[in-house]
Amino acid sequence: MTDGMNRRGLLRCGAWAGAGLVWTMSGGVPRSWLLGDASAATEGLTFVQISDTHIGFNKPANPDTKATMSAAVDRIAALSPKPAFLIHTGDITHLSKPEEFDTALEIIKGANAEVHYVPGEHDWLDDGQGFRQRFGQGTKGNGWYSFDAGGVHFIALVNVVNFKAGSLTSLGADQIAWLKDDVSGLSASTPIVVFTHIPMWAVYPKWGWGTADSAEALASLARFGSVTVLNGHIHQVLQKVEGKVTFHTAMSTAYPQPAPGTAAAPGPLKVPADKLRSMLGIREVAYVEGQEALAITDTRLSA
Amino acid sequence: MRLRYAAPLALLALGLLIRLGGGLSAAETKEVQIDNYSFTPGTLTVPVGTTVTWTNHDETPHTVVSADTPRSFKSGGLDTDDKFSVTFSKPGSYSYLCTVHPYMTGKIVVK
Repeated sequence: MTDGMNRRGLLRCGAWAGAGLVWTMSGGVPRSWLLGDASAATEGLTFVQISDTHIGFNKPANPDTKATMSAAVDRIAALSPKPAFLIHTGDITHLSKPEEFDTALEIIKGANAEVHYVPGEHDWLDDGQGFRQRFGQGTKGNGWYSFDAGGVHFIALVNVVNFKAGSLTSLGADQIAWLKDDVSGLSASTPIVVFTHIPMWAVYPKWGWGTADSAEALASLARFGSVTVLNGHIHQVLQKVEGKVTFHTAMSTAYPQPAPGTAAAPGPLKVPADKLRSMLGIREVAYVEGQEALAITDTRLSA
Repeated sequence: MRLRYAAPLALLALGLLIRLGGGLSAAETKEVQIDNYSFTPGTLTVPVGTTVTWTNHDETPHTVVSADTPRSFKSGGLDTDDKFSVTFSKPGSYSYLCTVHPYMTGKIVVK
């Protein structure tokens, strides 16, 4: 399947699987069309989001998370053009164990690309020791940072540390102050990509699927013309548009979770083995300077 | 050593429980189950000296961490079927949460 797979081929497969919608934002109006019709960006910046690999999980919902992560990485390695880099939006591991981090790192090497990480709550069960040791270099606070690539300003936020009883997770005042400062010198026309683990919008607060102080963080980004927020955590694709901000949650490479409110609790959703890979996937994001739009393509591992 | 334990073990095997009088009660044990992202029972009242054991039945890891500062008790990440025990030697009300799913809360009342 991956032999000879180029980007166009992958996109076609995505459309075939029903997952192939390209979303663009223009003047606050979201537009989507089937991939076959899309003049998707073939030059400019392309990067890939991988999420919720949960290395260490081995229950019936997916007894082999190494194999599904490897399948995702094989897909990424076969992309043409090659993505500039990967972002991993957390839950790299299931239990924050050193061997889980090491296995994940070994698998992701196969993508042969730089990877920018943020932690998920599963990567912080040891108070962030293992995560920080491997990925903390050059980051601020509990691991937040920013960088520029292809004319886009990327911001990595950490929202898996400040947990208070009976409340949603939060970014915390320190991180929000840093964010405000980080973007203060940027022109309002700079496209912004924020990536973090837990959704930055209230997907389903009852299950903890939201961030308590996200509105404060997003206030710092209100003057920008294009803000794209990418996250993981809920193991399914959902989108929301709020003014100039688009929110996109990504699929996992490990196991699906129920749609918000459709089960007694969140958690691994058992599906027939031959259906599993149709509920796992990766995401490609493309940006061409001057187009003011990011094209987002979610592709299922079954495609 | 072996002989010293033989009698009580034999009694336990017969389903007998020996209780010492004079205010010295045998240590109690109580269970809290973690199912579907919640603690059951949500509030548990126990006598001083009780050991409470939490068992995680979910496929998602949870933690059991007291809500006070500094923390009176704190588990690591509990995988499926992992257990965590705390012996409560002082009276009081101990609120706790799962730090990775903070809407999961519970309370141990020690009297």
